[in-house]
Amino acid sequence: DIDDVGHKYYLELELEDVLDKDRTVNCTAEVLYHLGSQTSAPDVQVTVQGELRSTEEADKEFYTHIRSLEKELVAENIPDSHGNVPPELEPIHLLAWVASGYVIWQNSTENTKFHLAQVKHVKQVKRSDEDLQFDYVVLLHDMVSQEVLPWEVTLLWHPQRGARVSRCQAAGAGD
Amino acid sequence: HQVLRIVPQSDEELQKVQELQDLEHLQLDFWLAPRGLGLPIDIRVPFPSLQAVKAHLEASGVSYSIMIEDVQALLDEEQTEMLRSSRQLPLNTNTFNYKAYHTIDEIYNFMDMLVAENPNLVSKLEIGRSTENRPLYVLKFSTGGTNRPAIWIDTGIHSREWVTQASGVWFAKKIVQDHVNNKGVASILETMDIFLEIITNPDGFAFTQTTNRMWRKTRSKNSGSLCIGVDPNRNWDAGFGEAGASGNPCTETYHGPYPNSEPEVKSIVDFVKSHGNIKAFISIHSYSQLLLYPYGYTDTPVPDQQELDEVSAKAVAALSSLHGTKYKYGSIITTIYRASGATVDWTYNQGIKYSFTFELRDTGRYGFLLPAKQIVPTAEETWLALKVIMKHARDNVY
Repeated sequence: DIDDVGHKYYLELELEDVLDKDRTVNCTAEVLYHLGSQTSAPDVQVTVQGELRSTEEADKEFYTHIRSLEKELVAENIPDSHGNVPPELEPIHLLAWVASGYVIWQNSTENTKFHLAQVKHVKQVKRSDEDLQFDYVVLLHDMVSQEVLPWEVTLLWHPQRGARVSRCQAAGAGD
Repeated sequence: HQVLRIVPQSDEELQKVQELQDLEHLQLDFWLAPRGLGLPIDIRVPFPSLQAVKAHLEASGVSYSIMIEDVQALLDEEQTEMLRSSRQLPLNTNTFNYKAYHTIDEIYNFMDMLVAENPNLVSKLEIGRSTENRPLYVLKFSTGGTNRPAIWIDTGIHSREWVTQASGVWFAKKIVQDHVNNKGVASILETMDIFLEIITNPDGFAFTQTTNRMWRKTRSKNSGSLCIGVDPNRNWDAGFGEAGASGNPCTETYHGPYPNSEPEVKSIVDFVKSHGNIKAFISIHSYSQLLLYPYGYTDTPVPDQQELDEVSAKAVAALSSLHGTKYKYGSIITTIYRASGATVDWTYNQGIKYSFTFELRDTGRYGFLLPAKQIVPTAEETWLALKVIMKHARDNVY
């Protein structure tokens, strides 16, 4: 408890690489939830102890593939009702996790527990610069309230520059 | 449409039939054309022409038989059969695909097959009807006796938690297999009955298949609101309406207008009360990988807290031993969140000491959309935990 500021948590975490189960990396984090604030995201500081696996080749392959598509990529319901994700959509699914991570961070309090439930819709938007753009509608499940709510998120990604969220709002909200 | 067969016995008869071929307006379809004396002629006759054709034949003394009384009925049957074989409808519970998610009808069919194959062990009870009038079926596994002490297991009370209904189907088959092979729960069945409700919320389940995969609640109408459904795990009479449930019909944890307002809940309440001898009650949910015991509506520990905690520890250890799946355990309120009107809080207060709730795989990576290939591993490991609870109930008579 930090008087007049909020609640700070000190965490020791072990990260497991979802795509390489035997690979783990330790990290430490400090999370500050601001007092009384429902509109401000918690402050987060993370230190990764060790190295994350390099994905340079796979990133390049994916980037080249998407840039070469004649028609913009469009997909829905990832995973489908039975939990299936077609292999070619797996990178799109992973980027959705990144995008959702941002939305979850921005909307988390000490009384929420969000997970990405499903990618309802994703549409690639071709850009004149070098970034890839994906407009997602993701369903976020909050364990505490049990609500599953749709969010619109626009994710930009570049192999060297990484991922950024350029826009996010609860679906149905006005612009 | 009917199909008529004529076997011409004379040239005159043959000619009479050939005359019919020229009458285009009759729209006759010759399945077997006239070939010669003694050889059958089959004609599909559309309904509007039936009277005329029969009159023509009878007037000439040409005898005929009705080969097919109703062509449409045959077509309908064939259609069904084709759909069936394209989905490979299982002929028995050994060919049933436990590694896939199934529709309500497929699961009801499975239940009937299981009963038919094992009439001395398994029976199907209808304990009530859902809001949309679907039957609420419970399988009873019993080797005899009268009102033996019993174990209750339910799956699918929250309809979007598909791995639970799928696991329920697997459990049903497992119980039968153990009994046949005289291992596992066979010894439990010597002195206890097992009741298993696989589709506890059929209206919700149907809705997840046709319209919204993420539907959780029942499908009852709420007066004064456009929003549908009540959370069946907030509708029980234990701390009903207190903190830990919502009074807003448009939310996922809406407790409903009063306890047991939902027929899906009331039917179980009535069953438990009238049975009077249930010793363990296990309600299965997903996801989070937790084993929970009461209470959710209050932080006062249950009197049997220590024993339930010890049983949970053993059950979780057994579960993990199979595939390494990690579970946490504890009371609902300390482990997951405050929840009022929850199933096992009510059953515990009724005197059913061994009241537990499971939250199955996973912890959020797929959540409700657990890949089908995880169904069997999930069911297998959960079964080990269930056996620990069942054996404890058998060995600790109260």
